[in-house]
Amino acid sequence: MDTKKIKMPYGITGEKIQEVEREVPITEPDGWPVNAQLKQVGKSIKRLDAEAKVTGAARYTSDMQLPGMLIGRALIATYPSANIKGIDTSAAEKLPGVYGIHIMKNEDDREYPIIRYAGQPIVAVAAINEDIAEEAIDLIKVAYERKNFVVDIEKAMTPESPIVYEAAVEQEESEGGEEIAEGLKLEGNVRGPNQGQPRGELEAGFAAADVVLEQTYRTQVQTHNALESHGMIVDWRPDGVTIYASTQGTQGVRDEFADLFDLPRSKVRVIVEYMGGGFGAKHGLGTYGGAAGHLSKMTGRPVKMMASRKEEQISQGNRPNSIQRLKVGVTKKGDLTAIEQESYGTAGVGLGAGVGGVAQGMYTCPNFRTRQYDVFTHAGPGAAWRAPGAVQGIFGLEQMMDELAEAIDMDPMALREKIDPSRIRKAARKMGAERFDWSRRKPKASDTGPIKKGIGMAQSSWWRIHNLNATVEVKLLRDGALEVRSGVQDIGTGTKTILAQIVAEEFGLQTEDVMVRIGDTLFPDAPGSGGSQVTASITPAARNAAYQVKMKLFDQVAKILEVDASTLKLENGMIFSTKDSSKKISFQEASKKLPVSQITATESRTPEYKGDYLHWDLGSVQFAELSVDTETGHIHIDKIVAAHSCGRPINVRQVESQINGGVIQGISYALYEDRILDRNTGHMVNHTLDTYKATYAADIPEIDIVLLEDYNAKSSTDAYGIGEPANIATAAAIANAVYNAIGVRIREIPITPDKVLKALNQV
Amino acid sequence: MEDKHITPKSGITRRGFIKGAGLTTVGSVALQSGVFAGTEKTEEVKKDLGPDAVNITMNVNGKIRKLNIEPRATLAKALREDLQLTGTKIVCDRGSCSACTVWIDNTPVNACMTFAMDVGDKEVTTIEGLAKNGKLHPIQQAFIDHDASQCGYCTPGMIMSTAHLLSRNPNPTIEEVKHATRGNYCRCGTYPHVFEATLSAAKKMK
Ligand code: FES
Ligand code: FES
Repeated sequence: MDTKKIKMPYGITGEKIQEVEREVPITEPDGWPVNAQLKQVGKSIKRLDAEAKVTGAARYTSDMQLPGMLIGRALIATYPSANIKGIDTSAAEKLPGVYGIHIMKNEDDREYPIIRYAGQPIVAVAAINEDIAEEAIDLIKVAYERKNFVVDIEKAMTPESPIVYEAAVEQEESEGGEEIAEGLKLEGNVRGPNQGQPRGELEAGFAAADVVLEQTYRTQVQTHNALESHGMIVDWRPDGVTIYASTQGTQGVRDEFADLFDLPRSKVRVIVEYMGGGFGAKHGLGTYGGAAGHLSKMTGRPVKMMASRKEEQISQGNRPNSIQRLKVGVTKKGDLTAIEQESYGTAGVGLGAGVGGVAQGMYTCPNFRTRQYDVFTHAGPGAAWRAPGAVQGIFGLEQMMDELAEAIDMDPMALREKIDPSRIRKAARKMGAERFDWSRRKPKASDTGPIKKGIGMAQSSWWRIHNLNATVEVKLLRDGALEVRSGVQDIGTGTKTILAQIVAEEFGLQTEDVMVRIGDTLFPDAPGSGGSQVTASITPAARNAAYQVKMKLFDQVAKILEVDASTLKLENGMIFSTKDSSKKISFQEASKKLPVSQITATESRTPEYKGDYLHWDLGSVQFAELSVDTETGHIHIDKIVAAHSCGRPINVRQVESQINGGVIQGISYALYEDRILDRNTGHMVNHTLDTYKATYAADIPEIDIVLLEDYNAKSSTDAYGIGEPANIATAAAIANAVYNAIGVRIREIPITPDKVLKALNQV
Repeated sequence: MEDKHITPKSGITRRGFIKGAGLTTVGSVALQSGVFAGTEKTEEVKKDLGPDAVNITMNVNGKIRKLNIEPRATLAKALREDLQLTGTKIVCDRGSCSACTVWIDNTPVNACMTFAMDVGDKEVTTIEGLAKNGKLHPIQQAFIDHDASQCGYCTPGMIMSTAHLLSRNPNPTIEEVKHATRGNYCRCGTYPHVFEATLSAAKKMK
């Protein structure tokens, strides 16, 4: 491929930004300068769809009613482990208004599904309204043959435990970023270990240490609990299927649906215009999408199948728990000599309960080994949940780093300074510490009254993930209107708006001048919103397509102005020749003169440009300040400072919104949330919103964001995501601050008042 | 881990056990591929169930609307399904998230906890009725300016709560804003921007 050499900014806020040369495909534009010199990109532009959201006009999947649409409801399993001997649907079939009944299946050779958790969907019914569908569900009789079950992870690991799967199982990763290794051994309920990439010699490493600490950290199961539940409307017609889906990935739904029903992908169209939250759990077709497909095919009518709140909490995904043992050696000077990690976690009947790669990759340490095990239990399947694995892993790792720092009498920040090779986190530590005023940190448990204040910090790491399968079409019409089209979805992150910003910047227009059509597989394919990959994947494709359209326009203009196209420039609505400024034409005029009514270009993400990153990962540092009431055990978070990087930020306000969200979910995880299963019945006890405690308005502290710009010169936009990074460090920072406040370390979340009081009683 | 960034995630991956878990319907069976009992016409079937449904009128956003509803229908359901006013959301359906907040005679209520029949001749205001004469309510504009919605699903409820606060307290403190939105659940975590937007709208409304 022909290439050219261009200059690009390289560096990080707070340091001098250098210029580097990159060799890039000839089809791509020159590098943008830093954000301060741009007009649309890097600015806090209002969301294009904000008005629809504040007026109630935005129509979500759950809001849609199609002509003739049936409502689907599910019958869910009463028992956590059972074989089904029979299902009697005869009474339901006779109920007026019932149009279709579909029995799920999870083993090829069995008539009925094997039940592996209480709440597992078994039968789906389509009726003319929800009430009748629910009445029909009540009329269906299931004959269960009950079996022993296990919902407790530690019990599930014992040899005498009831078994969830008799034979080895595999599961593909979703686009959510969770790691599932293939082909691992299954012994009882324990599958693994996933050993990551070990290095060095542990024994020698520990021998070289002055201090070796070994601790166990525990995290709980957290449900996603998005406001809009999982679900889809499937409209099956002879000439093709249209699916309205509450999804994080249009393409993933299309492909799974086509595979399941043996249809060509061209016959399946998936649409999601507005989506009420996913956080990792809404990739793929899901049980309800599949059931709606069967029912629509069977009845010839559109079928809407949304999970109830209870089903949402039980069967539609969760963040697996973890029991992590960490053994780490450190020298008196603060060099890590060895890290040994072992973890067990349960994603219920699913996989993906590892603790990620943070212990492996974040800090300089020559000797490393991990062994991560999944433990099956009779509980609803886990799913990717914002920074899957990393959130759990950092909770252990970053507390351990604080424990080591204390053991060698070092400030926690000073230890990170020593062991952390990331320039980006270094800058974040510096700027964050200034904003937070880290210097006011007192020795642990210094406050004498009943309310004890504490401060703490923690760091995080996430990959710079980008996906080459990200395509955008840009279209210029004769009236000068610009349209962007892509199958990519906006799940509330602001993807729609940043696409418009990118194209507007390239054409010197205003963001609101650009029409963005996304969330529809009618448009070019793009990746799911997972792993914080969308911004890094889709924005270079959008810019490159816009640039191609501009070049095609310049070719036309060159003929009109009788100049060489390569001398043309577009600025402030005028196209002019850099050689002869009298040769010019307005963008509007030039568009009017198009020989055909439109120019389009379609581009896909190209590989990252060759050359070094500032640092391989996306780093963050978060600081927490809190008060512990030692009489009630209640913790109040007073302030969080979150210092983050995401490459070139495209829309600062939107990035801040996402960081706020990540921090708030982190607080919720650290202090409140906990899925509780009854060990006697296997049922989820707290599936309602009033019993599943999460952060509400009263729990929200001041959140102060330090947003770094890190220019790596790796693509035409140099942008990366922020969704996952925002959510990783908060719980560990809070746990470290709790220790600073009360002088007792609580190594298990959620840190509820009873745990605080218990810890204080040990003093 | 260090070199994950140079290996872009390849193409599509999908969730689904090859064997086993509940998250899939691979290889499902249909009991029967015909149409079951019930008439073809939706309306007629509704009439079959009809003895219990009643005709009522309701003043919604200043317009008198006719409804044919069952006594068990909640206001939230009636608004969403019968009047197509889907800005009012149902999330928990039991009074613990405020996504369904509407005003009845200017008092915020959870529409999921209110029977449609019980509204009587009182006036219902929903998110769709907040903008007047094509002009957004200042709190709606402030939500746009301060990026106070992400996925936006909680937004109508948040706005109905904060707009009501401003109607009786033109000068709220942040603690009062928190109090007014204490029941509104937002999983995306827009709270800080919601607080900012409300305080700024209060200033602008002076
Ligand atoms: S839906 Fe009414 S309060 Fe939750
Ligand atoms: S914006 Fe998504 S729930 Fe509030």
